[in-house]
Amino acid sequence: MPRFIYFSLQVNTLNKELQSEFIEVMNEIWASDQIRSAVLISSKPGCFVAGADINMLAACKTPQEAAQVSQEGQKMFEKLEKSTKPIVAAISGSCLGGGLELAISCQYRIAIKDRKTVLGVPEVLLGILPGAGGTQRLPKMVGVPAAFDMMLTGRSIRADRAKKMGLVDQLVEPLGPGLKPPEERTIEYLEEVAVSFAKGLADKKISSKRNKGLMEKLTSYAMTIPFVRQQIYKKVEEQVQKQTKGLYPAPLKIIDKFGELAMTKESKALMGLYHGQVLCKKNKFGAPQKEVKQLAILGAGLMGAGIAQVSVDKGLNTILKDATLAGLGRGQQQVFKGLNDKVKKKALTSFERDSIFSNLTGQLDYQNFEKADMVIEAVFEDLSLKHKVLKEVEAVIPDHCVFASNTSALPINEIAAVSKRPEKVIGMHYFSPVDKMQLLEIITTQKTSKDTTASAVAVGLKQGKVIVVVKDGPGFYTTRCLAPMMSEVIRILQEGVGPKKLDSLTTSFGFPVGAATLADEVGVDVAKHVAEDLGKAFGERFGGGSLELLQQMVAKGFLGRKSGKGFYIYQEGSKDKNLNSDMDSILAGLKLPARPEVSSDEDIQYRLVTRFVNEAVMCLQEGILATPAEGDIGAVFGLGFPPCLGGPFRFVDLYGAQKVVDRLRKYEAAYGKQFTPCQLLIDHANSPGKKFYP
Amino acid sequence: MTSILTYTFKSLPSTSKWALRFSLRPLSCSSQLWAAPAVQTKSKKTLAKPNIRNIVVVDGVRIPFLLSGTSYKDLMPHDLARAALSGLLHRTNVPKEVVDYIIFGTVVQEVKTSNVAREAALGAGFSDKTPAHTVTMACISANQAMTTGVGLIASGQCDVIVAGGVELMSDVPIRHSRKMRKMMLDLNKAKTLGQRLSLISKFRLNFLSPELPAVAEFSTNETMGHSADRLAAAFAVSRLEQDEGLLSDVVPFKVPGKDTVTKDNGIRPSSLEQMAKLKPAFIKPYGTVTAANSSFLTDGASAMLIMAEEKALAMGYKPKAYLRDFVYVSQDPKDQLLLGPTYATPKVLEKAGLTMNDIDVFEFHEAFSGQILANFKAMDSDWFAQNYMGRKTKVGSLPLEKFNNWGGSLSLGHPFGATGCRLVMAAANRLRKEGGQYSLVAACAAGGQGHAMIVEAYPK
Repeated sequence: MPRFIYFSLQVNTLNKELQSEFIEVMNEIWASDQIRSAVLISSKPGCFVAGADINMLAACKTPQEAAQVSQEGQKMFEKLEKSTKPIVAAISGSCLGGGLELAISCQYRIAIKDRKTVLGVPEVLLGILPGAGGTQRLPKMVGVPAAFDMMLTGRSIRADRAKKMGLVDQLVEPLGPGLKPPEERTIEYLEEVAVSFAKGLADKKISSKRNKGLMEKLTSYAMTIPFVRQQIYKKVEEQVQKQTKGLYPAPLKIIDKFGELAMTKESKALMGLYHGQVLCKKNKFGAPQKEVKQLAILGAGLMGAGIAQVSVDKGLNTILKDATLAGLGRGQQQVFKGLNDKVKKKALTSFERDSIFSNLTGQLDYQNFEKADMVIEAVFEDLSLKHKVLKEVEAVIPDHCVFASNTSALPINEIAAVSKRPEKVIGMHYFSPVDKMQLLEIITTQKTSKDTTASAVAVGLKQGKVIVVVKDGPGFYTTRCLAPMMSEVIRILQEGVGPKKLDSLTTSFGFPVGAATLADEVGVDVAKHVAEDLGKAFGERFGGGSLELLQQMVAKGFLGRKSGKGFYIYQEGSKDKNLNSDMDSILAGLKLPARPEVSSDEDIQYRLVTRFVNEAVMCLQEGILATPAEGDIGAVFGLGFPPCLGGPFRFVDLYGAQKVVDRLRKYEAAYGKQFTPCQLLIDHANSPGKKFYP
Repeated sequence: MTSILTYTFKSLPSTSKWALRFSLRPLSCSSQLWAAPAVQTKSKKTLAKPNIRNIVVVDGVRIPFLLSGTSYKDLMPHDLARAALSGLLHRTNVPKEVVDYIIFGTVVQEVKTSNVAREAALGAGFSDKTPAHTVTMACISANQAMTTGVGLIASGQCDVIVAGGVELMSDVPIRHSRKMRKMMLDLNKAKTLGQRLSLISKFRLNFLSPELPAVAEFSTNETMGHSADRLAAAFAVSRLEQDEGLLSDVVPFKVPGKDTVTKDNGIRPSSLEQMAKLKPAFIKPYGTVTAANSSFLTDGASAMLIMAEEKALAMGYKPKAYLRDFVYVSQDPKDQLLLGPTYATPKVLEKAGLTMNDIDVFEFHEAFSGQILANFKAMDSDWFAQNYMGRKTKVGSLPLEKFNNWGGSLSLGHPFGATGCRLVMAAANRLRKEGGQYSLVAACAAGGQGHAMIVEAYPK
């Protein structure tokens, strides 16, 4: 009679203790002649193995140390792969990084077909690469193109797709309620099925070899021809270069060394962002007294509808109110389209879409606002209009209801000035497009109560956002950092650098979107609005480019993508964008002489980045920001600050405060006050041991 | 657990091991039969309610249930329904003009006869002054037809109702694709040759791919067998248990151009060994629901004469049973698709003021062996009752010796729209033959719905 041993992985991450424990148990299995096969399963529903403990890597001081960690993993998995007794990996929940490498070292894989079960090698997102043999085993298993795609993008693959790719051998459908809670019984069932396959494999009734399709056979044959292989590697390398602009070292090293990578600046920056993100996914203000169950949104524009979509998506009952039927209809359609796109991608079923969509109520009046727990207004950015809706809403909502304002620049205390209950007023600054952008900036005034903040953070987390909480002030944090950079963008354009050249300079520095394109995306009118407001508030320091450029563009209707013309021309259905030639005369009329001493490509890049960084540090200095980590998360997730630099604060730490100050002084000499480094930055430059991150 | 569901087989080949295994079955039935008159005393209360009319089943018939693709394959649904109606007229001799209303249930609708009740009634020779409508509620469509009739009588709108159901799985509406349909409709409206040509120029070969009637739940996109397999796994019902679970009112039907059909042809006895060899039909390769332990696609029709008691008595009928309390329930169509009986049973018992012990005859619809066993386990679980049904204690276990003794949907077949009337007639006839006062009829249906009804024996 065959005997089966089970041991459960009690932790979610592979760490040193687990490694040795695992080896011990495996040796017992291999040594015993009573055991003919084994099943690897996690007792924790929702998590197989979420990967190697990244703290284990972060603790490494030298490349050699990091390389050793990787080699130990490699040895362990190699033994597993060569096991003569079939080992079945029964996967429920995330199977990532080292977890996937473990699974693919086994002889057979069975996965639960649910949304929680995802397989992937996300190492590249942390600036490292699969270090325990995944780079060798994955291509053998799913073919070179698919393996590279997984390793280079770090994308997670759902179980059903993994089955199609050949990454898992069998799927198990999740079970509903029976004689036990569904999750518990599903794991049990997975175990039963896995055991039956383990027996089958041991008895040679089931073969672990997969029937490869014709295409697969052809590609694997083609890969044996050196010429073809070289061509493919070359192609992949080009692709990677194009996508990363050579800024992220990991993908290219995949095509070679682990130890070095774990020690790079980029890897440190990316791991820092990972930690920051974990931090910003928690509610440090505690649980609100009353959970928000009924949400109301004012204004069914791009933002309002976007907020509605991410809310109904998570089961929040949401009222979407607009002033006109046409406006409301447009907003409802936006929500529907957002959900329907998910159906097309098979992330939702059409039934789930309909049932989610039924959480949304569209209306033109204030009916049922007396039941609202939170109102988020997303009306046009105009203070008197915001005052009007605040007064209207306060007349109908219950006492406990939070009033949140979605604004990118209007100070919240000015909005709250007309409120009868300013402790319930808060700012919730979403980023467009709301369903794609992860960041939510929450703005508290001095009067905002802690419970109101807790409530806003809870709603934001429910909507799936990464949240930074900042103090009120003109432009808060994100808009305030962006404004001086945009002002510099205008000056650079005025100095004769074309939008295309500017875009390529910014993207090659690591920004995901070029600076001129960004202005078009945000909307030139919005940029003008913000520039005017913040210009008034901060004066000369926000100067640089001429506001007139934006004013003339708005006057001509060049509002960016939404009006079809901005710096570029946008045509429906066409992906290529051409320069808007009508901009030539505007730019010519406002031309400034370029200063050759600060106009090299590198200088242009640093003029933009240092103004951004300087302003960010000033926000920390002034207490707008509570922590540098929030500053980095806000800049990267909300404004597209280069992730490989880790955010403005990480950048100062890694690049060196002194070098940043030197740069600023150089540009200050040419342009004056706009580049004067702030006190906190100078302090950091003066004492080299001082860092934003320990 | 060894054999859970046991049946008497009238037409079992004597060579089958099953026949040997269950040869004792008829004996135990007949012993009950003998005991019946003594058991049926008036000790149990009747479920008559003050100020509500008593509603009775005068009689009911069905044509033989046949595997689809056999003798009925060239007919249309209303032909089957008409045969059932004619059979009912013949059996009861009810004067056609007395019938106030006709209601039929059906699931997969023939587009040409979407109100199949009316088409069948006209052909069966009912008065053209008798209105008829068709209802649909998946596998409990005929139940819905009956209870709609009960409502019409109880509210005093009607005295005499004919309710029935029909399903013809030998032919189902296979449609042109939506694109093709749209083009054909647009072509109809096009006025000039130019318009027509421009429409035709948009034609693509893939327009011709046909659209089959949905076999999956619309809301979840999951087939019922797949859901049943998961349900069986959720309640830890093994393959062996399901396979072991396997193993009147019929009027003959002269099929035009073919022989007269006098009996069902679906009963499929086979040995456990043979059944164990079958491959899973839905969850491959390790699922437990197979062709042998699922109900098969069936053609058939049934019809019943339902009346207000005083009307039936005035007309000189000897009714067979009372139709008493009934409930409809619905739950999660994904994970609890087929648990309708579990939810409906305690609800209808409470409504009628009865307990499980009061029930003498159970008639449950069996979509899949695994499904009915999962329902048994759910009803016998305190955990399930507390966590999903909002009850303090479990519903209780079903006495198997009272369960589907004359066969169920798995052995007799399951023409979706017609099964409800078969269940109620089996309940009524079993009460008369086996003795006893109350029967509980329950069924599940697509969409995560369910139904249960109490049938009370009419005093002899």
